[in-house]
Amino acid sequence: MSAGPSHLKSLDYSIVQQCMHCGLCLPTCPTYDATKLERHSPRGRIALMRAIADDKLDVTKAFGDEMYFCLGCLACMTACPAGVNYAELFEHARAEVEEQRVLAAPKRDLIRWFAVRWLFMDLARLQLVGQAMRLYQQMGLQSLLRRSGILSLLPQRLRELEAITPDIQPQFSAEIISPITPAVSRRRYRVAMLTGCAQDLIYSDINRDTVEVLAQNGCEVVTPPEQSCCGSLHAHNGEWTLAQQLARRNLDQFPPEQFDAIITNAGGCGSHLKHYAKLLVDDARYFERAKLWDAKVKDIHEWLVQIGIRVPANARSNRREAAPSEIQDRPSRLPSAAAQQELVVTYHESCHLSHGQKIVSQPRELLRAIPGVKLVELPEANWCCGSAGIYNLTQPDMAGQLLARKLGHIASTGARTVATANPGCLLQLVNGAKERGMKLRIVHPITLLAEAYRAEPEANPFGR
Amino acid sequence: MPYGTDTLTQLQEILGAQNVLTTREDLIAYSFDGTAAMQQLPGCVAFAQTTEQVVQVLRLANATKTPVVTRGSGTGLSGGSLPCPDCIVLCLVKMNRILEVDRANLTLLVEPGVTTLAIADAAAGEGLFYPPDPGSMKISTIGGNVAENSGGLRGLKYGITRNYVMGLEVVLPDGEVCWTGNKCVKDVAGYSLRDLFIGSEGTLGVITRVLLRLIPKPAAKKTLVATYADMGQAAQTVSDIIAAQIIPCTLEFLDRTTIHCVEDFAKVGLPLDCEALLLMETDGHPAAVAEEAAKMEELARKNGAREVRVARDDTEATKLATARRSAFSALARLAPTTILEDATVPRSELATMIRFVDTVAKKYQLRVGTFGHMGDGNLHPTFLTDERNKDEMHRVEEAFKEIFAEAIRLGGTITGEHGIGLAKKSFLPKFAGDAQMRVMRALRRALDPNGILNPGKMFD
Ligand SMILES: Cc1cc2nc3c(=O)[nH]c(=O)nc-3n(C[C@H](O)[C@H](O)[C@H](O)COP(=O)(O)OP(=O)(O)OC[C@H]3O[C@@H](n4cnc5c(N)ncnc54)[C@H](O)[C@@H]3O)c2cc1C
Ligand code: SF4
Ligand code: SF4
Repeated sequence: MSAGPSHLKSLDYSIVQQCMHCGLCLPTCPTYDATKLERHSPRGRIALMRAIADDKLDVTKAFGDEMYFCLGCLACMTACPAGVNYAELFEHARAEVEEQRVLAAPKRDLIRWFAVRWLFMDLARLQLVGQAMRLYQQMGLQSLLRRSGILSLLPQRLRELEAITPDIQPQFSAEIISPITPAVSRRRYRVAMLTGCAQDLIYSDINRDTVEVLAQNGCEVVTPPEQSCCGSLHAHNGEWTLAQQLARRNLDQFPPEQFDAIITNAGGCGSHLKHYAKLLVDDARYFERAKLWDAKVKDIHEWLVQIGIRVPANARSNRREAAPSEIQDRPSRLPSAAAQQELVVTYHESCHLSHGQKIVSQPRELLRAIPGVKLVELPEANWCCGSAGIYNLTQPDMAGQLLARKLGHIASTGARTVATANPGCLLQLVNGAKERGMKLRIVHPITLLAEAYRAEPEANPFGR
Repeated sequence: MPYGTDTLTQLQEILGAQNVLTTREDLIAYSFDGTAAMQQLPGCVAFAQTTEQVVQVLRLANATKTPVVTRGSGTGLSGGSLPCPDCIVLCLVKMNRILEVDRANLTLLVEPGVTTLAIADAAAGEGLFYPPDPGSMKISTIGGNVAENSGGLRGLKYGITRNYVMGLEVVLPDGEVCWTGNKCVKDVAGYSLRDLFIGSEGTLGVITRVLLRLIPKPAAKKTLVATYADMGQAAQTVSDIIAAQIIPCTLEFLDRTTIHCVEDFAKVGLPLDCEALLLMETDGHPAAVAEEAAKMEELARKNGAREVRVARDDTEATKLATARRSAFSALARLAPTTILEDATVPRSELATMIRFVDTVAKKYQLRVGTFGHMGDGNLHPTFLTDERNKDEMHRVEEAFKEIFAEAIRLGGTITGEHGIGLAKKSFLPKFAGDAQMRVMRALRRALDPNGILNPGKMFD
C-alpha cells in the first residue's frame, strides 16, 4: 500500500507527539466511560500508537482489537484543548493494523473483502445487492422466513444481523432525481449533490428531499446518476489505496471548479470528503484539485445557513406525530388532524457532523427555522449512538449499551420526532426504537424542511 | 516482573482476574500521568472496588515488599502517580460511588474515585456548593485532589481542598484501616492526622473514603474580563483589588501566548490584541456582588484596562471559566512538550515574579506562556519545548532552577498546588530545610517502615 512499510512510523512525529496526556478527553470518550480502562481511552490509544512509532511496541493483535474497539466517534477531538488530530492518527493506526494483518482470520477477511473491497467500490454492485434485498423484502420472503422460524436455525449473530437489515428503498436516487434540477426561482448558485452509497440504498428519499430544499433555496443541483462511494468506509477501515482510488474518481466526476459547492447530506461522508487533499498529498496530478475540492465540499446544513435559509411560509402542515400503532422512519405524505400543532423535535448529533466537521449550531438553526417546530435539547446530544460505521456489527455489546443510553435520553425529552443527519444514526435509532416498541419518528432535518416547503400554500413544483 | 507469579495470582484472587492487568498494551497505557516527559512501565495495574480489597492488596504488598503506586485519573503534574519499576499501580477510579449527602450537617461522603466535577454537581443538586475547582476537575478524582491538596480557580476566597475535608478513611501500608476526622465542626482530640494525609501524595496511606464539607450556594455571581496592553497593569489591578479589601472568588490571568491558544480552542471571543487578560469573579449576596463588581471594574479601568467585559449570564460565565481551565492543555498547541511549574509568591511580589520569569525566558532563549491564579500569587509559567531537543530541555531545567530560587528569595514556595512528586523532589530539601526533612522522614518511616507506598516520590 501507499504510505510505506509502517503508517505510524512514517507519520509526521509532531502528530504522534501532540498529546500531552492531560486526560481532559477521558470523560467524553464512550469506551473509557463504560470501562474506566486507560487502554480504551483516547490518551491510552494514542500512547499505544506512539509506542509503535517509537519501536516500543509491535503491532499486536491486542493493538488491532483496540483500534477496532475505538468508535472513531472523534468526541476526543472536540474535547482536546491541545488540538490533537486523533482522526488522522486513528486512520493511520487502522491502516497499519490491516497491513500487518494482525487481525487476519478467514471469516473477517471474507467479510471485509466483500464489503470494503467489492461491494462499496462500485455503485452498480451495491445497487444490485440492494435490488436483491428489495426483492427479498418485497416478495414477502423476508416476513415469510421470519415467521417460519427457519431463521432461528441461523447462528445468533447472523440472526441479529438479519433483523437489522434496513428496508431497501423502492427506488434509488437516480430513479427519483433528475441529473439536473433547476433552481425554483432565481438561480443563485450551481451545486453538485453527492448521493452517497448507503444513503442512496436505504434513504434515497432524503437525497430527493435535499435536492428539493436546495432548489427551493436558489440552487441549481447537479446529481449525476452514476456516483462513487466517498471512500470513508475504506479510510476508516484501513484501506488507504482504495480510498485514494475513490477520491480520484469523485474528483474526475465533479470537477470542483465547475461548482459553487459540492453538497453532502451524510455526516460520516462529509467528514471524510473534506479531507481529500490529505489523502492525495503525494499525487501530483490530483493534489491541487483536491485542495479546491476540500474547500467546496459543504455539509447541507452548513451550506444552507451560509447562504441563508428561506423560511417556509407557515400554512397547512402535513407533518404529524407517529401514530400509536407504527414506527415511522419515512416522511409522511398524509395530511393529518394534528396539522398546525406544535411539533416537538429533538436533535441527535451525528459524531462526524459535530466532532468531525464541527457543525453543531447549523442543524439546530435549520430546525428552528421551520414554522411550528419546537426544538428541545437532547441530553448528551453529541454522545455516540453506537452506530459508528459498521461498529454496531463488529462490537454489538458496546454499540448496544450506547444505543440504550441514547434512547433513554430521547425518551426523557418527551419528543416523538428525532432529527439526525447521518444514515448510520438513522438506521441505528430506527432499529433501537423498533426493538423497544418506542413510537418515534426518526428523520433527517432536511426532510422536515422539505415537508414544510411542500406544505406551503402556493403550489410548488415538488408539491405532492 | 520481579515479584513472583505467586504475588500476581494472589492479587487476582483478591480482585478478580479481570481487575489485574498485565499485558504490555495495558501497562503502556498506565506508564505516565499528566506530567511532561516522564514514562515508566509498572509491573501490573490493579483495580480495587472496596476498602476491604485495598486492605488485602496492601497486606500482600507489605508482606512481599512490593511497591504500590496509588492512582486516580493520572492528571497529576508532578509525577505523583507515575509508576515506579515493577510496582503495582493501584487504580481507584472504579471506587466512584457517592455514599451519603447529609443535608443536616452539610456534608458529603464519597469514595476516592469520584470526579471533582461529579462532587460539584452532587452538591449543586442539593442547592449546595463545593468550591475547589482545579483545572482538571472534569476528570481528576477526589482521592487525587486530597492527596495533592489541590487548588483551583476559586482558591482566593474559598480556599483549597484541605479546607473542605472533614474526615478521611485511610488504609495504612500494613493494611490497617484508620478513620480520621468526623462531622464535627470542632474537634481537637489528638493530632490532626487527617491533615497529615491531605497533601501526602500517596506516600502515607491509601485514601478510601472522603467526608467533605459543603457550603451554601452563593445567591449571585458576576464575571468580568479585563484586558491590558501591559502585564504590569494587570498585576497592579490585582494588588489594588486586594488592597481595597475586596476578596473576589476568582482572579485569574493569562498572558498573550496563552490567550491565543485558549481562544483558538474554546472560541469564546477573547480579544487577541492584548498582552494580559484578567478573569475576575465575585459571588455572594446580590447587593454585595453588584457593588464589588462595580468597584473591580473601576479599579481595572483606573489601571489602564483597555476593555472590561461583563459576562451576560451564567452560561457565558461558565464558558469563560471553562476556557480558562483549558489553558495548560491549550498551550500544547504550540509545542509538543509543555513543562509548567507552579511557583508561588506572596501576592505583593507578583509583579516582580512575573518580570523575573520574562527575563529568565529571554536569558535561556525559551518560549514561555504564563497564566495562573493571580489572586493567590500562584503562577504557572509554562515552557514550550520539545523533549527530543536535549539542549533546550537542559535550558528549561536551568531556567526553573532560577525561578525557584527567586520564588524562595521572595518568600514564596516551589509548588503552590501540584506537589513535589518526582518533578520537584530535588528542590525540596533546600526549600524545607533540615528540621522539616528530618520530621517528614521520621513520619514516613513510622507509617511505612517497608517503604512500599510511592517509593522514590517526594523525598528518599
Ligand atoms: C489540565 C490540567 C489542569 C490542572 N489544574 C490544576 C489546578 O488548577 N489546580 C491543581 O491543584 N491541580 C491541577 N492539576 C493537577 C492535577 O489535576 C491534580 O493534582 C489532581 O488532584 C490529580 O488528581 P488525579 O485523580 O488525576 O490523581 P493522580 O494524578 O492519579 O494522583 C495524584 C497523586 O495522588 C495520589 N493519589 C491518588 N489517589 C489517591 C488515593 N485515593 N489515596 C492516596 N493517594 C492517592 C497518587 O499516588 C499521586 O501521588 C491540573 C492537571 C491538568 C492535567
Ligand atoms: S488527546 Fe488531548 S485532551 Fe486527551 S490527553 Fe491528549 S492532549 Fe489531553
Ligand atoms: S474516537 Fe471516540 S471512542 Fe475513539 S478514542 Fe476518541 S472518543 Fe474514544
